Amino acid sequence: MSVSVLKPGLLSSLQDAGRPGHAALGVGRAGAMDGPAWQLANALVGNTRGEAAIECTLLGPSLRFEQAAVIALTGAAMAAHVGDQPIPLWTGCRLPAGSVLRLGGMTHGSRAYLAVRGGFDVAPVLGSRSSDLHARLGHRHGRALRAGDVLPIGAAEPLPGLALGDAVQPLPWSINPQPWFDFGGRPLALLRGSHGHLLDQPSQQLLHGAAFIISKDSNRTASRLDGHTLHLREPLELISEATLPGTLQLPPSGQPIALLAEAPVTGGYPRIGQIAAVDLPHLAQRRPGDAVCFRCSTLDEALTRLAARQQRLGRLIKAIAQRLEHA
Amino acid sequence: MAHDIGFEALAEDALLLRFGERIDSELNARVQAAAARLRQRLPQLECVPAYASLLLRFDPARWVGHDGSGPHRRLQDAVNAALGECGTIAATPRERVIPVCYGGEYGPDLADVAAHCGLAVDALIARHTAAEYRVAMLGFAPGFPYLLGLDPQLAVPRRRDPRQRVPAGSVAIGGSQTGIYPEVLPGGWQLIGRTPLRLFDASASPPSLLAAGDRVRFQAIDEDRFRQLAAADPR
Repeated sequence: MSVSVLKPGLLSSLQDAGRPGHAALGVGRAGAMDGPAWQLANALVGNTRGEAAIECTLLGPSLRFEQAAVIALTGAAMAAHVGDQPIPLWTGCRLPAGSVLRLGGMTHGSRAYLAVRGGFDVAPVLGSRSSDLHARLGHRHGRALRAGDVLPIGAAEPLPGLALGDAVQPLPWSINPQPWFDFGGRPLALLRGSHGHLLDQPSQQLLHGAAFIISKDSNRTASRLDGHTLHLREPLELISEATLPGTLQLPPSGQPIALLAEAPVTGGYPRIGQIAAVDLPHLAQRRPGDAVCFRCSTLDEALTRLAARQQRLGRLIKAIAQRLEHA
Repeated sequence: MAHDIGFEALAEDALLLRFGERIDSELNARVQAAAARLRQRLPQLECVPAYASLLLRFDPARWVGHDGSGPHRRLQDAVNAALGECGTIAATPRERVIPVCYGGEYGPDLADVAAHCGLAVDALIARHTAAEYRVAMLGFAPGFPYLLGLDPQLAVPRRRDPRQRVPAGSVAIGGSQTGIYPEVLPGGWQLIGRTPLRLFDASASPPSLLAAGDRVRFQAIDEDRFRQLAAADPR
C-alpha cells in the first residue's frame, strides 16, 4: 500500500506526536503543530497508535492512492476533491484505488492534517516518524515532501463502519470542529515569563492587549510577531538554557518570537511570556498577516484548561472509535 | 545540595532548576550531578541540563496532588527529596578523546585566531590540546557540544560574517567557548580544525558521541590519519 506525491503543496511533512526525551542530546520534539487536529484525524480513520499523518501548510498537496484507502482531513478549512467530488473535512472517507486527492489553498487557518488508515509507515527515527525540517531528522532526513515521493501505508484491519470499496464514500456523520478550531481569533492565554517584569511600562501594556501580526518570516520553528516592538528597561545578557515551545522570547531587535514545535532546545533570549499549551494549536493555525492578542493568565488556569481539553478529547476519540466499530 | 536551588515553573509541563547565573565549571558540575541523580530517582522526568540550570519536563496529569496542590509544587518536593540525599558529585565522568586535524582546509581560521591571540600556530594547537574540557550541554543542533575549559588566552570573537555552511566535524572557537559542529550547519564561530569522528548518528545507540558532563580532550592528528579515520567511519 502506498501513496504517491503528485504535487507537494507549500510545505507538507509527516508528523506524529513528536520525539520527546532527547532534548539533552540537542534533539527537539518536532511533531504536529496542532496536536488535537492530528489526533482527531487519526481517530477518524480508526488509528489508535499515534500514527504519522501529513501536515499540510496553507496549500495542500495532490496525492495518488495506489490502493483503496480510508482517509480523514482535519484542521484548517480547505477545498479537497477527488475528481469533481468534494471530500468533506472532519470525517472519515473511503477512496478507491487510483484516487487522486487534490487539496487546495486553506481559506481559514494554516495547517491541515491528512491521516490514512494504517498510518504513513516510514521508518521511525529516535522513536518518531515526525519530520524535523530544521534539524533534518526523520523520513528522508526530515525534508518536506516532494513530487515523486512514495509513502508506504501500514497494514490495518478493515473498519466495520468504513469498509473499503470502489466508490468515494464519506461517513454519514462528521465531528463538530468548533471546539477544536479557533474560528474567532480569540486572545491567547499568556503566562508570566521569567523576564516579563523587566519590560518597560509601555511594553507591558502592549504585550497584554495590543494586536500583533504574524510575520511572513514564520515557520515550524517560530512565529515572529510584527506590529509593535517591545523593550526591556535595560539590556539583559543571559547564558543559554533549555527552551520550550510556547515561550515568547524577546531578542535585541524588540520583535517578539513565539517558539513552536521545532524550537531549538537551547537559547539565551529573555523570556517575556509563556503561551498556554492549550492555546498553542490556535497560534499554529494563525496565518501570516493574521492578528494575535494575548491576555494575562495563570499557571493554575492553564493547567485546568489543559486537563479539561484532554478529557474532552479523550471522550471524543473514544466515541469515534465506538461508532467506527459498527457498520 | 538542594537548599540553594531556585525553582521556576516555566510551563504546564516544565520546571526549571536554577543553580546560578554564570558560565562556570563548578556550577555546571552541580547541574550534571543533579541530572544524574534525578534520572536515577525520577526516571519519568526528562532532564535537560544547561550551563547553570536544569529543565525538567513532565506529564502534569501524573503529578496532581491529592490535597489540591499543583503538579509543580509536588514535583519540587520530590526533587528536593531526591537531591537532599545527594552529597557531592557521584559518578566519575567519561573521558572522550577527539582527534583533530588542525589548520589547512580543515581549520581555515587557525592562522587568524593564532594572530589574534598573539601565539604561533603550533603554540595555539598545543594549548588547545593541553586543556581538559567538560561538555556543559548539548544544543543548537543535535549532538552539538558546548565545552567548558577553553584556555582564556584562546578566546576570540565570532566571525563578522557567519558561514552558511560549516563542514561537519569542524572544531571551533566562539568567544570563550569551544565546540564541534556535528553536521553541516550555518555558524559564526572560528574554525581551527576538524575531527573525522561522527558526533551524531540518529540510528546509533546512543545517537550522540558526547553527553553533558563528559570530559573531553583534543588530540592533534595529521591529514593522513584524518583520512584513515574518516574512511573507517569511526564512532
